[in-house]
Amino acid sequence: MKRTHRIKGPAFVVGDNIDTDQIIPAKYLNLVPTIPKEYEELGRYALAGLPGEECFVPEGADKTPYSVIVAGKNFGCGSSREHAPIALGAAGCSVVVARSFARIFYRNCIATGEIIPVEPSGELPRIQTGDEVTIDLDENKMIYEKDGTIVSLMPLGEALPVLDAGGIFNYARQHGFLG
Amino acid sequence: MPKMTLTEKILCRKSGRAEVRPGENVWVNVDVLMTHDVCGPGTIGVFRREFGKEARVWDPNRVVLIPDHYIFTTDSLANRNVDILREFAKEQGIRYFYDVIDDSEGRWRYKAEKGPFKRQYGSRYAGVCHSALPEHGHTRPGEVLLGTDSHTCTAGAFNEFATGIGNTDAGFVLGTGRILLRIPPTLRFLLDGELPSGVMAKDVILHIIGMIGFDGATYKAMEYGGEGVGGLTMDDRMTIANMAIEAGGKNGIFPCDEATVAFVRERTEAEGTVSEFEPVEQDLGAPVEAEYRIDLSELEPLVALHPNPGNRRKAREVTDIKIDRAYIGSCTGGKTSDFLAFARIVKGKEVKVPTFGVPATPRVVEELQRAQLGEKTVWEILEESGVRMTENASCAACLGGPEDSFGRLNSPMTCISATNRNFPGRMGHRDSRVILASPATVAASALAGHIADPRD
Ligand code: SF4
Repeated sequence: MKRTHRIKGPAFVVGDNIDTDQIIPAKYLNLVPTIPKEYEELGRYALAGLPGEECFVPEGADKTPYSVIVAGKNFGCGSSREHAPIALGAAGCSVVVARSFARIFYRNCIATGEIIPVEPSGELPRIQTGDEVTIDLDENKMIYEKDGTIVSLMPLGEALPVLDAGGIFNYARQHGFLG
Repeated sequence: MPKMTLTEKILCRKSGRAEVRPGENVWVNVDVLMTHDVCGPGTIGVFRREFGKEARVWDPNRVVLIPDHYIFTTDSLANRNVDILREFAKEQGIRYFYDVIDDSEGRWRYKAEKGPFKRQYGSRYAGVCHSALPEHGHTRPGEVLLGTDSHTCTAGAFNEFATGIGNTDAGFVLGTGRILLRIPPTLRFLLDGELPSGVMAKDVILHIIGMIGFDGATYKAMEYGGEGVGGLTMDDRMTIANMAIEAGGKNGIFPCDEATVAFVRERTEAEGTVSEFEPVEQDLGAPVEAEYRIDLSELEPLVALHPNPGNRRKAREVTDIKIDRAYIGSCTGGKTSDFLAFARIVKGKEVKVPTFGVPATPRVVEELQRAQLGEKTVWEILEESGVRMTENASCAACLGGPEDSFGRLNSPMTCISATNRNFPGRMGHRDSRVILASPATVAASALAGHIADPRD
């Protein structure tokens, strides 16, 4: 399966330091991501720990209308729970654009292949939740559809082939690291 | 041999290279893999999905299973998750499974009707994983320890490379015993002097996180050195290494000295685990990304205010902040020495706010029930001062957990806590607030009803 390198959709905008408890509150960690029914359920609670009124996954819905999250710095800080990128992926989100990422979250995104984590190389435009954006991984840019502003993204480098393969297991098999 | 940091030396040795440099990706052989009830079932799921139903783990004696997170709860999925670990341990012949119950054919069910205070676990149960690992002889100098928990970095206190990974990476390690790691750049912290009375190891790490920022060590190793290290107990070093992740760090690591060797020898021999090890020696001439000097004798009791661990203040400067609850426990602040420091302050007095005490491990429970402080045991002193002490050692309210978790913040309130994280909603309700502090500062604050300096 070749992953699409062009993702277009409405963005969900959050601030700095969104930690894993806000991405998936701890009370839902009783769900096991490899059990299909529980995987789907995790998606319903994606970003449920965010204070305030805005909902990433509307009440009663299974999926999010937002395919892209635009965030400030240190996205995914906190715990090593893989439930975090999985909840976002299960909700139907595919890209997080953040000024910076916490280490384990970033690695879990790539290992699972659930979420494409990208960092802009310059300032992000003032985007509001619901605004359309396009992410282009071949040209490493994000287009803000409202006024056509283009933001360059840092290349994914070694992570891109792993994401393309669909996670570390497929990647390792393709490269003979696994028998 | 080029000059290398502690982390580089270990990863160099375990990858079979002659030399490694920050930024390189290397395949590393893993010595121990730990997982628990929250991430274990998913890790096992990944392992079975990817390696097949008949697959065997790479080495059943190097896999350590420690149920500790959601144990004393009636949540049926959480109870089931402990059962998944038990079945896997049996199927794979995993020796180091610290089950909640003694019956290997049984099912774990928490009995709420027995109340939260009296112990409901069997003889093998070990409590919070990061405290249980060293207690049960699974931490050794010079090794690589991975765990499906971000505070796995605690074991860096024992001169090893220890870090947290996700389920997918852990599933890979279960099948292969290897992992691809990037060599992190190192930040070096040279400690001088001794901690003054009233100031604890927790204050050292809150000071550092406040100084470099709570993403100040992202992707980096935090290496400690200097004369001051010798004056820190193994418990102190564990507290400091534990919170490397609160600065975004990949790992925290200490040099090996006599205290390290004595601790590891005693524990590994008592538990019958591997007792040979090869420490790595610190080379202060190895190039690092940045170096900081900290005079321990100048530190003061600190707090980290809501909503992040870098939000550092001197306790004395924020005594106007009222608290609704106090909590002592977790892999950071639930050790015997933590409760002792707490007991010395509350002895003969009464706490003003509801205060919950959760020892990290059953062994801590035993020690507190045995150790005397004057006429009484530490446990009695704590109970008489009004602390609600449970024998059910676990993570409890440290990460919120199911709603019936002991001490959980089920409504918007402010809690001062000896734990390690204070992001929004960490200990329960989305709008509750957590203030991080040392056990001594939590004790003084519990007596006062507001933030207080334990020296006052
Ligand atoms: S005590 Fe808290 S920080 Fe430590 S392992 Fe448990 S939940 Fe994590």
